[in-house]
Amino acid sequence: MQGLYAVFSKELRDHFSSYRFVILFALIAMVSFITSYMAGVHMKGNLEALAKTRFPFLTLFSTPGAVLSMVQFVAFFGPLIGLVLGFDSINRERADGTLVKLVSQPIYRDAVINGKFLAGVTTISIILLSIVLVISGFGLALVGTVPEVEEVWRIFIFLVISIFYISFWLGVAILFSISLKSIATSALASAALWIFLSFFVSLGADVLANTVAPVDNSKETEPATIIKNLKIKEMVSLCSPMVLYTDATATIMDPMRNTISIVSIVQRERRPMEKLLSSRFQNPLSLGQSLIVVFPYMIALIAITFICFAISYLIFMLQEIRT
Amino acid sequence: MEADRVIETVSLTKNYDHHRAVNSLSFEIKEGEIFGFLGPNGAGKTTTLLMLLGLSRPSAGYSRVCGLDPLRKAREVKRLVGYLPENVGFYADLNAVESLEYVATLNGIKRAEASAKIHELLEVMGLSQDAHKKVGAFSRGMRQRLGVAEVLIKDPRVLFLDEPTIGLDPDGALRLIDLIQSLNRDKNITVLIASHNLYQVQKISHRVGIMIDGKMVAEGSVQSLAEAKFGVGEKEYSLEEVYMKYFREV
Repeated sequence: MQGLYAVFSKELRDHFSSYRFVILFALIAMVSFITSYMAGVHMKGNLEALAKTRFPFLTLFSTPGAVLSMVQFVAFFGPLIGLVLGFDSINRERADGTLVKLVSQPIYRDAVINGKFLAGVTTISIILLSIVLVISGFGLALVGTVPEVEEVWRIFIFLVISIFYISFWLGVAILFSISLKSIATSALASAALWIFLSFFVSLGADVLANTVAPVDNSKETEPATIIKNLKIKEMVSLCSPMVLYTDATATIMDPMRNTISIVSIVQRERRPMEKLLSSRFQNPLSLGQSLIVVFPYMIALIAITFICFAISYLIFMLQEIRT
Repeated sequence: MEADRVIETVSLTKNYDHHRAVNSLSFEIKEGEIFGFLGPNGAGKTTTLLMLLGLSRPSAGYSRVCGLDPLRKAREVKRLVGYLPENVGFYADLNAVESLEYVATLNGIKRAEASAKIHELLEVMGLSQDAHKKVGAFSRGMRQRLGVAEVLIKDPRVLFLDEPTIGLDPDGALRLIDLIQSLNRDKNITVLIASHNLYQVQKISHRVGIMIDGKMVAEGSVQSLAEAKFGVGEKEYSLEEVYMKYFREV
């Protein structure tokens, strides 16, 4: 344990004193300020017009202000935090010759990788927590609403899911830094994987779905084909951690949505009467129900985070130190 | 006597993908000895050291360090052995004191105890002036001395030094050699020193071993190796002559 703690505290100190952390934090703080300000202004108008908005506090995070909402922003660019914190964690030590020195101290070898991963996760948690607190404080001042207990819980769950999501990318970055010798290559490889999984998988999903079950808008298509098309799209998209994360936080941050399946949303939208009904008489899901809806996605997200770390762990433990 | 042997290897072998780095190596080092580990580049010296530390898994054979199996008791072995790798690396943005503090915490040394030791070691290694300078700005010789300080902070019973005097100026090298000798004499620390500087090795080693292509081709005192090759005579051979003789024969 002593070795783990020593590595952990050194890594944590390194993270917080590094320029990359300062730059990253400034960037995120700026963007979240802007998004929450936009959301706040937007909501203020809504609050004046409508009798009552449910969960006004959550809308600070989930309403797209100018471009992206806070939740979307984390989904899109959160992975960058993980990648930047992890892409050189092992191979820099290898290049500098400090890895041999580190593992020839009386510590277990896994203390090195565990300490680094935990320090990264702690840094991520601190970044996210402070951002959420800043937005909340900002929202209190701007909108003048106090969060309900349930909203606090929902934000807490959102925070936990986000930490796992970004930690997954930290794990990916560490995995590349273990298996690739060059720092530039590992940075590039992890960024490439991020871009591929976040942006190209959904494109691929569209292509695949339209090939297997073509839907032609100009002609009448069998409902069964439409559903098949959507199901394929949904399934392939789930390969993307970003989609997984968006789904996992969906009903948590937006309780008015009571499903995250594209199929049922689309079906509802196709029938005007139902759409009207659902929008007029919809009640928010309770916290427990929201959790049930997103539970599979949450578990999947946590699972891929652990699997990714476990692979890094195994490779690191079996690797020759001097290669 | 069993306890007398600090290092013992029995047919230690290490295969990499395409070649055999260490080939059935058997040798032993007794307590309180300075053992000069010689051999050309790529002879398998560093690989042997890594196996003795439990950092590399032997393909066959086994080794004991202070009676412990480095594979099973890696942590205990690493507590007793101070290893100075060739071209030891440092965290460039830490200063000398912080670097030593980090190594001390990794060794589980208490803070108060560590700071006294750090002060003392910096003094001994002649780094007191540069204690708060970033290691990134250190010269080659200063880095090497800091590396030695990091190894000594854990009060090792055994020292593995891989090219400790490389990059040091003649004065620095001489002082380091003297330091090693005094550590050996005063604290009875066993030293395994791998080096290409035959003159220095001859000066301090009780025994030497010559390793070529993963095999120990000769082992013993410089005098006995010379006698084995050149016969008993009046002339005193230098280690260089002995080494070259063995090297050419293989």
